[in-house]
Amino acid sequence: MIDLDFTESLLKHFTHVTKRHHDDCLTLDCGESDVNKLFLHLRDEETFDLLVDLTAIDHGETAEFRFSVVSHLYSRIHRDYLRIHSICEDNESPKFPSVSSIFPAANWHEREAFDMFGIHFSDHPNLKRILMWDEYPYYPLRKDFPLAGIETPLPAADVAEVTNASVDPAPMMGGPFVASSDGTMSESEPRAKDESWTEESEKPS
Amino acid sequence: MTANEVAYNGKVEGDVIVTKADAVINWIRKHSVWPMPMGLACCAIELMASAASRYDISRFGMEVMRFSPRQSDCMIVAGTVTYKMAEVVRRIYDQMGDPKWVVAMGACASTGGMYRSYAVMQGVDTIVPVDVYVSGCPPRPEALLDAMMKLQDKIGRESSVKNLSGVKEAAVAS
Ligand code: SF4
Repeated sequence: MIDLDFTESLLKHFTHVTKRHHDDCLTLDCGESDVNKLFLHLRDEETFDLLVDLTAIDHGETAEFRFSVVSHLYSRIHRDYLRIHSICEDNESPKFPSVSSIFPAANWHEREAFDMFGIHFSDHPNLKRILMWDEYPYYPLRKDFPLAGIETPLPAADVAEVTNASVDPAPMMGGPFVASSDGTMSESEPRAKDESWTEESEKPS
Repeated sequence: MTANEVAYNGKVEGDVIVTKADAVINWIRKHSVWPMPMGLACCAIELMASAASRYDISRFGMEVMRFSPRQSDCMIVAGTVTYKMAEVVRRIYDQMGDPKWVVAMGACASTGGMYRSYAVMQGVDTIVPVDVYVSGCPPRPEALLDAMMKLQDKIGRESSVKNLSGVKEAAVAS
């Protein structure tokens, strides 16, 4: 387990790093500029040498800082997780320093965060989309992107030409099929939220 | 006896068989369907199960799964077709020699299934002409076998002496 001594000495060492409210594992707030130094220190001096996850959060269009990057590290010596939360200062075109030179595992995680949230990781060796196709114009996990999608051309122009197909918004009749975040386990498992709309009943906004 | 069936009575006809070209061609085609397993998601597991010993698709003469489109004539789309994959599905379909058929196996391939989302094509019939749809998520192997037999019936009813491929293409574009 991580003890108080560890936290205190770490916070003394990194004066810009602060503790953040957490319910489970220790969570630290760290600015963009300190991230690389902090990760290197945690990996080499504090045995947090396993990057478990790296992803992003969109706090909504009205939030003061819209995007933040969250990573989870694990130490086999402490046998505990550590969460690092960093705000992206630029809301329009969010940037973040890549940690893939410290943890190679971050490579694909960062590509995913770029693909889904549009966060540009500087100094990333190969920053391109990983799930959607390269020309896709949107970032699907942003809060302003509708689940059903937005009409765009099909990735392959020649296939689109013979089939007349395009990427269309999915119908929400009987859907979407999602999990809710509250309630007991039996209520929160994925199920169809009937958001049907027809000529008679309006599409819910 | 229906007119399309092949019938031979040695006593009456000697060594001569009189029949329609359609009937012979269809009879040959429907008993040698070589499927192209387009396994894209969980349905592909059921597809494998129908080929394995318990359900044994070879009882109906279609066990020769070919992973090369040039050697197969029925594409079984088993799984979720994403927009990114749609291009590949269509290219593989284009590479299959005529005559060719498509089976949409499961809710995903037929309609997009539970994936009402930005990434999933809402039914593979948007890009290729589908002959048989199989319901279920996933369909049981029996359902796939039933679908394949339905396909055999359908092949049996085609007028094979006419080149069907032109007709099929037109149906997709419209
Ligand atoms: S229909 Fe169901 S089992 Fe088949 S691919 Fe879709 S989700 Fe998987």
